[in-house]
Amino acid sequence: MDIFNIIIQTLDSTLRLSVPLLLACLAGLYSERSGIFDIGLEGKMLVGAFAGAAAASVFHSAFIGLGMAILISISFAMIHGFASITHRGNQIVSGVAINFIAAGSTVILGQAWFQQGGRTPALAEGERFSPITLPGADAVKDIPVLGHLYSELLSGHSLIAYIAFAMVPITWWVLYRTRFGLRLRAVGENPAAVDTAGISVTWLRYRALLCTGVLTGLAGAYLSMTQNGGFVKDMTAGKGYIALAALIFAKWKPVNAMFACLLFGFLDALAIRLQGTPLPIIGKVPVQFMQALPYILTVVLLAGFIGKAIPPRAGGVPYVKER
Amino acid sequence: MSTPYAKLPAWADYGLIPLINLAVAFIVAGFVVLLVGENPLRAAAILVEGAFGRGQGIAFTLYYATTFIFTGLSVAVAVHCGLFNIGTEGQAYIAGLGVAVVCLTFDATLPWWLTFPLATLAAAAMGALWALLPAYLQAKRGSHIVITTIMFNFIAASIMVYLLVGMLKPPGSMAPQTRIFLEGAQLPKLNWVIELFGARVRSAPLNISFLLALLMAFLTWVLIWRTRLGYEIRTYGHSPKAARYAGISETRIIIITMMISGALGGMMALNPTMGDQHNVAIDFVSGAGFVGIAVALMGRSHPVGIVLAAILFGMLYQGGAELAFEMPAISRDMIVIIQGLVILFAGALEHMFRPSIQALFASFSPKSVGMAATKGKGA
Repeated sequence: MDIFNIIIQTLDSTLRLSVPLLLACLAGLYSERSGIFDIGLEGKMLVGAFAGAAAASVFHSAFIGLGMAILISISFAMIHGFASITHRGNQIVSGVAINFIAAGSTVILGQAWFQQGGRTPALAEGERFSPITLPGADAVKDIPVLGHLYSELLSGHSLIAYIAFAMVPITWWVLYRTRFGLRLRAVGENPAAVDTAGISVTWLRYRALLCTGVLTGLAGAYLSMTQNGGFVKDMTAGKGYIALAALIFAKWKPVNAMFACLLFGFLDALAIRLQGTPLPIIGKVPVQFMQALPYILTVVLLAGFIGKAIPPRAGGVPYVKER
Repeated sequence: MSTPYAKLPAWADYGLIPLINLAVAFIVAGFVVLLVGENPLRAAAILVEGAFGRGQGIAFTLYYATTFIFTGLSVAVAVHCGLFNIGTEGQAYIAGLGVAVVCLTFDATLPWWLTFPLATLAAAAMGALWALLPAYLQAKRGSHIVITTIMFNFIAASIMVYLLVGMLKPPGSMAPQTRIFLEGAQLPKLNWVIELFGARVRSAPLNISFLLALLMAFLTWVLIWRTRLGYEIRTYGHSPKAARYAGISETRIIIITMMISGALGGMMALNPTMGDQHNVAIDFVSGAGFVGIAVALMGRSHPVGIVLAAILFGMLYQGGAELAFEMPAISRDMIVIIQGLVILFAGALEHMFRPSIQALFASFSPKSVGMAATKGKGA
């Protein structure tokens, strides 16, 4: 195989691997920008993945599956909101709790409902999101380089993948060009000021978590209904935490988030491709090192060696209205 | 800042509210059991019977509790300083490296009572070292310790996997684990203590590190409430500003606290490796670090509470194994749900029932919640 094809294939799997990261990362962006830390991204993705695959296989419809994934994911986001907004509980603790409940309940319910050791039945053709061929992809296939790029790299992903990348400009627009976005950013920096302006901090933060729920639901659905034809125990495998790392890496900005997720996705794709093959000069790189690299990079960033990551100022602090 | 919640008498604060929260967590878990199509009451009966019914069960319960006392203390010490150490998992995992090195080096030459203290020191040192960098970054660079410790969990896992499939694995073996330790690195069992009470224990992994765990619980109590350092830790935890005014070095207190926390978490590695499996295997921590969060929350970060909460979780683990055997629909993952629910209700939602309980107390005896009795005036 020539080098060009290898590059295209690596980039293609980069795109595929970064979709769930990107969706989860943007999900975290909404909630953290509103001042709610969310380490429960992992759990919400997991319940989304389970609900999506379970509903799709029961109702034989990918879209009912997707709807269910989003619905269940939102309800978990609301639990997080109930604990950390309404009852002013510790947001980290609540996030940890959600991850546990998600990890346990998906397996227990999966086993009880489908009796396949915590898996859901393998999804058939119409029950999952199959690749979409972009218009004209077949026609330009033979044009060297550009046509190839279009047909092999950009075309042939699932609906959710295109939604994920469309969410980047949409999130940017929502955040920086709408009234809701302005208030969302304000409530993450200085909720007292937002409150003084007569806007409900509580309602605003709940709406932010609603966005989080929708996006983590999409991320979960992508995992179980596109990448994999069904739900498997613990299938998020730390992706929620990598998304969190990407969010910090992106300094809580949507466009940066896309690049951070693509970078982490690329590292993952590279790790898969390089398994066992020695590199020139460096020699053989352990897979584990490649897998740890996103985390190491994030720590280095947090240490302030590559720019400074400043979180939203009110993040993690429950808002107490003055009485 | 206004104080958001009113005061309650101490027994309600430390006894009643945690019990109510725990009860709610179990009721919700009961609904999950119902959803799976089993009888929650029968499940609870099997669970308790499995954990305490026979000597064997008790020994297993205490074996699991040993692990959770270490991780619970680890989380709690950090909580006293206002830090959330979510990295106990990674600290314990990397401490396995310390245990492995000591045991593989000395198990042929030294008796267990020399290997044990050496391995304890090595485990504590590795755990403390693994907590050092996040602590330093928090203290000096302001990097959020929750995020850095999460990252360090994953980095620790990568390192341990790398070593266990490589250097630490005996040549020719396929399984990602060290060789079996010789007698010099096997801890003596404590099952005879249970047999003293007349119960029979066939074989259970309860070992001497249980005593180390109890000792550590006592030392943690001494540290937090009876030493100058503990006072400084609590001061910083209550109000970093006040601590700064009092001349307490922020950097010093964060780093020392996190290293103690990491050391306690690291000691957890002794129990499953030297005490039970006699090797260091991949993923031997298996979430115990996260159970520590639940244990610390339930035990209200007090060593006595932590020991009790650890025994409760030990009971869940042991009884849960029996439950999975009796009711195939309920696997060990049920415990993960219960754990999550306990963390949710005893941790994040700890204040949910407080206003109503406070109102209840106020209506019975206003004095108990610190209100002046106003009714008496008119009559």
